[in-house]
Amino acid sequence: MAEHAAVIGVGQTDFDAKREDVSQVGLIREAAERALADAELDWADIDAVVVGKAPDMFEGVMMPELFLAEALGGVGKPMLRVHTAGSVGGSTAIVAASLVQSGVHERVLTVAYEKQSESNAMWALSIKMPFTPIMVAGAGGFFAPLIRGYMERSGAPEDTGIRVALKDRLNALKNPLAHLKLPDVNFEMIQNSPMLWDPVRYLETCPSSDGACALVIGNEKHARAASAPPAWIHATNMKTEPTMFAGRDQVMPKAGLECAAGLYKKAGIQDPRKEIDCAEIYVPFSWFEPMWMENLHFAPINEGWKMTYEGATALDGDLPVNMSGGVLSTNAIGASGMVRFAEAAMQVRGQAGEHQIDGAKKALGHAYGGGSQYFSMWIVADQPLQ
Amino acid sequence: MSEENEPITRIITPVHVEYTYTPGVASERFLRGVREGKLLGGACDACGRVYVPSRGACPRCAAPTSEFRELSDKGTVITFCVVRVPAENIDVELPYCTASILLDGADISFTGLIQGCPFEEVRIGMRVQAVWKPEAEWDFSIGNIQHFEPNSEADVPFEDIKEYS
Repeated sequence: MAEHAAVIGVGQTDFDAKREDVSQVGLIREAAERALADAELDWADIDAVVVGKAPDMFEGVMMPELFLAEALGGVGKPMLRVHTAGSVGGSTAIVAASLVQSGVHERVLTVAYEKQSESNAMWALSIKMPFTPIMVAGAGGFFAPLIRGYMERSGAPEDTGIRVALKDRLNALKNPLAHLKLPDVNFEMIQNSPMLWDPVRYLETCPSSDGACALVIGNEKHARAASAPPAWIHATNMKTEPTMFAGRDQVMPKAGLECAAGLYKKAGIQDPRKEIDCAEIYVPFSWFEPMWMENLHFAPINEGWKMTYEGATALDGDLPVNMSGGVLSTNAIGASGMVRFAEAAMQVRGQAGEHQIDGAKKALGHAYGGGSQYFSMWIVADQPLQ
Repeated sequence: MSEENEPITRIITPVHVEYTYTPGVASERFLRGVREGKLLGGACDACGRVYVPSRGACPRCAAPTSEFRELSDKGTVITFCVVRVPAENIDVELPYCTASILLDGADISFTGLIQGCPFEEVRIGMRVQAVWKPEAEWDFSIGNIQHFEPNSEADVPFEDIKEYS
């Protein structure tokens, strides 16, 4: 890494099931304008634009980046589109960061979004294949069996998922931007919600949202000149593996284990649970919190559920996770990874308001996508990496 | 505001895609097999692991799967899910149970419907057997297998199938 890079502006839209007040163009513009305002910059200050979203069938508009250039101030500048399924928000931010770290650009605007109300994500994920009857019902149909596999291996108590969902839903009440807010939420409400993809209940599942997230990433010169505290990017990492191969551990993918280990090495982290103050991770179904606690080396294999159970991941725990309410509360799929990265940055900038962890100095942002096959992660901190 | 002056926020424009699909050598062998009621797996030249259906190569070894083997239509439930939520493209009556099934002789699981027992009885390690459509209806499709149903064999211990989950 030649140059230090830092998040100097963060902008998220309001999230809702249907943002009928804006088009896709208006949605990304809203996030970008908020990020620029936060960075105290204007469109002319931006050198390049990196935009990301999940599969195009989620809106039914092919290659939408073609009509987003003007709205993102991309005309006459380099503009890239990134796609790595659900992890795309994270990998988009990483591409933007790399353009600054490499010294190619000084200030890059990056935006990730989804406007799910314009199509049907479950349909888009269950496209008919030739010669094969389709049986896997959307993302839930794919991930629920993996969750059952984890339950069997780990012997985790059956209510672990309910506890995760309750924590994240209570956290969402402290986040003004969260989409799904249930002020009266309690354990029984989640427990009694219908089973959609047994063992996954309705309230253990993410909503379908419209929304966007934007970041301005600047080099050291601009980070030091900014009036608001920057979130210094200590390390980024991405790893990929095929969806299916013989002997693949789908519950605990190797790509994720290696991505996290590589990330910590780059960031000089020896003991992640001790050195990282809080984490925003991609949990679209409640049980993925304990699974990813293990995949991210915060807990030994088959013991991630203990962290949830003991309250370690709660706002007052030793490793708060998904302070914002997480993907369980807000899921504009393409944006979700970047929201994790942005929320991690907001924590170390002291910008997270009611869901701020006091004194957070180092935070993890995490996203995964496809069939648990794309991983993107970063570590941000209040000081540059020494 | 009269209807004429109301803003248009949404119009529906259906998408339709038609594919011309070229199965390739390995899938063709598999489809010709399934047309005859046989499940053909492909063994990796390097590690020997058996894929079904085989795509012609092992992603693990980046080696071809040259040898075809006829597999049993019996297998073991690796994991499963009871679906109670509708999806537009899926024409199976709700609720239904899908399972990852490790066919005997294969090293990768195969997705199938489980029928023939109450959902509460479906479990990891359960032994199942394919139920085929009547032979007259067989086509070049995995859909020739209607579903899987439990047979009377003893469950396989989780330890023995863990690496496939």
